[in-house]
Amino acid sequence: MSVATATLKIDGVEVTVPEGTTILKAARDNGIIIPTLCYLEGLTSYGGCRLCLVEMAGSPKLFPACATPIGPGMEVTTNSERLKEYRKMAVQMLLAERTHICSVCVADDHCELQALANQLGVDHVTLERNWTGMEIDSSHDFLVIDRNRCILCTRCIRVCDEIEGVHTLDLKLRGKEAQVIMDLDEHWVNSCSCTSCRKCAKVCPVGAIYIEGEPLDHTKRKDIAEFILSRRKK
Amino acid sequence: MMPGKEKTRVATIWLSGCSGCHMSFLDQDELLVPLAEKIQLVYGPLVDTKTFPENVDVTLIEGAVANEEQLALLKETRGKTKVLISLGDCAVTGNVAALRNVFKDSDKAVLEMAYIDTSEVNPQIPTGVPKLLKKVLPLHEVVKVDHFIPGCPPPAGLINYVLTELLNGRVPNMEGRSKYG
Repeated sequence: MSVATATLKIDGVEVTVPEGTTILKAARDNGIIIPTLCYLEGLTSYGGCRLCLVEMAGSPKLFPACATPIGPGMEVTTNSERLKEYRKMAVQMLLAERTHICSVCVADDHCELQALANQLGVDHVTLERNWTGMEIDSSHDFLVIDRNRCILCTRCIRVCDEIEGVHTLDLKLRGKEAQVIMDLDEHWVNSCSCTSCRKCAKVCPVGAIYIEGEPLDHTKRKDIAEFILSRRKK
Repeated sequence: MMPGKEKTRVATIWLSGCSGCHMSFLDQDELLVPLAEKIQLVYGPLVDTKTFPENVDVTLIEGAVANEEQLALLKETRGKTKVLISLGDCAVTGNVAALRNVFKDSDKAVLEMAYIDTSEVNPQIPTGVPKLLKKVLPLHEVVKVDHFIPGCPPPAGLINYVLTELLNGRVPNMEGRSKYG
């Protein structure tokens, strides 16, 4: 069976990929790295963090690479001074939105947001920060959520729904007030749907959801969704 | 920094921090010897000078800005310094000193918590000390900062790199060298 393909240019390199592939996957399959934060292999694309924004010839708009399918003849630029500036600003906005203090965070040195800041050369935040004091829920036996460190990437919500299949986690409220909740905004210990599977902690890119007393490098598993899907196919 | 000049005038300041950044400065160990030949330490916790001097070339500032005295000193420093450096996470982000910012009216709340609510003997708010600011601020929210050396504490090698580059008239390139937070 032949697969319909399309040819496009990414950073001046001509690549041929199956139709329907996202720009992000087409780039990665051809060794071009686009920074991401909310994207996770094995989960549906969310397009919320805006770090994978790319430029496309003929359009003044920027496109999220994780949620944009390729098309024949496209000319995509994944790295330019403009994109670098936007990405630096996106990281700074994430750092300013809530209370991110690395030295007292369980994810220090194992944090994808911190790693991106280092990679992009963000050594300080130029924006005034919000200093949120949202509720920390440590009622569960071993899972803890600190909403002040949450960047609203929704990886936990998607892995809970799409992989574990229970949809315990969801969002309440909008914008900067948005918060990850359990069931109908119960304390975690009172959630009747949570299976305590820990996948939310495994995919959290920052220190918002973690396992009490467990080192972060032991908890985190970015490949968990992809791994489980591959096992199910067997 | 100042090629042709006898010695570069360097100051250090300790605002709301734990002194760990100054410890890290001292942790340059044997690298302090060649540094000492090129710089003159004119002000700071390591020097017995009471007022901030004029014509300082480089000032390294540890700590966040938490009270009115620190705010005034920082502004005075900026006016008398050519190159101002945020040294360490408290100066760069607010860090632990800024943890109180999450409380409403944190300038009052933090004093009440420390001296009234949790005090068993003679609870009272201290007087005669500088007034706290409503929010603890990183330096660049108050004055223009020329270079940032993040870290809690910043590695001694990184402090040495920045000073060495400046002393040799170069601009330090922090990309790939520093760690956020």
